[in-house]
Amino acid sequence: MKILVPVKRVVDYNVKVRVKSDNTGVDIANVKMSMNPFDEIAVEEAVRLKEKGVATEIIAVSCGVTQCQETLRTAMAIGADRAILVETPADLELQPLAVAKLIKALIDKEQPGLVILGKQAIDDDANQTGQMLAALADLPQATFASKVELAGDKAKVTREVDGGLETLEVSLPAIITTDLRLNEPRYVTLPNIMKAKKKPLETVKPEDLGVDVSPRLKTLKVCEPPKRGAGIKVPDVATLVDKLKNEAKVI
Amino acid sequence: MTALVIAEHDNTSIKGATLNTVTAAAACGGDVHVLVAGHHAGAAAAAAAQIAGVAKVLHADGEGFAHGLAENITAQILTLAASYSHILLPATASGKNIGPRVAARLDVAQISEITKVESADTFERPIYAGNAIATVQSADAVKVITVRTTGFDAAAATGGSATVETVAAVAASAKTTYLGSEIAKSDRPELTAAKIIVSGGRALGSSEKFNEVMTPLADKLGAAIGASRAAVDAGYAANDLQVGQTGKIVAPQLYIAAGISGAIQHLAGMKDSKVIVAINKDPEAPIFSVADYGLEADLFAAVPELVKAL
Repeated sequence: MKILVPVKRVVDYNVKVRVKSDNTGVDIANVKMSMNPFDEIAVEEAVRLKEKGVATEIIAVSCGVTQCQETLRTAMAIGADRAILVETPADLELQPLAVAKLIKALIDKEQPGLVILGKQAIDDDANQTGQMLAALADLPQATFASKVELAGDKAKVTREVDGGLETLEVSLPAIITTDLRLNEPRYVTLPNIMKAKKKPLETVKPEDLGVDVSPRLKTLKVCEPPKRGAGIKVPDVATLVDKLKNEAKVI
Repeated sequence: MTALVIAEHDNTSIKGATLNTVTAAAACGGDVHVLVAGHHAGAAAAAAAQIAGVAKVLHADGEGFAHGLAENITAQILTLAASYSHILLPATASGKNIGPRVAARLDVAQISEITKVESADTFERPIYAGNAIATVQSADAVKVITVRTTGFDAAAATGGSATVETVAAVAASAKTTYLGSEIAKSDRPELTAAKIIVSGGRALGSSEKFNEVMTPLADKLGAAIGASRAAVDAGYAANDLQVGQTGKIVAPQLYIAAGISGAIQHLAGMKDSKVIVAINKDPEAPIFSVADYGLEADLFAAVPELVKAL
């Protein structure tokens, strides 16, 4: 069984982004970029399924600028077998619906038994692509997965929902999106980084896939959130209780 | 112009997040209708009709809706979508699961986790874990929206008198089967609706200590219990207690953070709280930069002392 794993190149999660002074967006020039952490979990899960002998081939996919090749190399260093970059111009704002359409086109071409992707990218925090992909491909979805077990032509997926956990059984092919506690991605080793450089990476354009990727939402402006000023330090518990009762009046 | 709110419910009552979503829907400018898709959900539909500001409730009843499966609820929404200019869902695990599926089928963008309605087609939403606020405009015919509940007041649960209209339920998909769930039973208020939240971090050191220290404080204040991602990852607290960018977004009257350093991802989930208290022994902890009241102390001494003093 083939597994398709879409990955996104985003600002590293340790970077505190700054809003541009002209309010057109956030400044990502010269900022460290990495693979979206949820996508790293998705790659790891696919590799574990291959190590268990359930999957035969893992294809990593990324949509975006040329530099997404680095993200794909990382995916291959974790264990993906080959990669496809759907290259788009640097001045294009690629939105979730467009990405879902691109990946849908690749599903048609590659016919994977399973697609695993991160539940959310930490830049636009949209949490849409997996569900949109499932809708477009008319496949069942199991989002926010914390456990995945494959048996025959079905997957049993435990999902993180409000208030606890829920377990679904979906028939394959299916779309799974990962939550934080699905697994802990391995560290990539130098030999695997070297090996990844030799793995095949194919580049296609949205036109080759017949997909219109123009954005649907127009960003009018991007601003700093209202600042929350630091308050005061209190010397002891008694003062804290007094302040909460008499100053903030919240207890 | 009419907005359709997809109610979140347990077949007998309407969940609180629906009320905030109704407020956001009303801000879009037209009438507000509510869809209750459930199984034996007459009571939930009747409750939805009581919500102030709702003009009509659509009630679809079918076995496939019993557990809110995205495939089935989406199919139901699609049968109704043509009559609406806006379709809104609360940005809960359920709403996030369904919304994008609906949007893709309609070939429109989804506008995720809005915190403000500027006009019928323009909305504010946080990006980069709330470190920036984007104002976005949609040119799509139908706006599919998820609503961050902390951004909108709850509509009154009673006082309305909407008509309830029964609509035919779609057939259930055979591709997905609900097997079961483990939902923690608790007498505590729900995390996203609580007036007071006490939240613990990695400094608690173990699941036993987490309970031993945080529970008495929560009991005393009638508070919900939350946790940082670090505490959840370490297994000290259940995953549904996680507050932060990828967990629950909360905005209670009072948020007490004990032993939480205050990573960006955590602050994203709680910085809209009215009053924030931080108890931490590290004077440099970033949590102090957003706290109204900071107490530099060992939580194992300070929290029990606080319980006694309350």
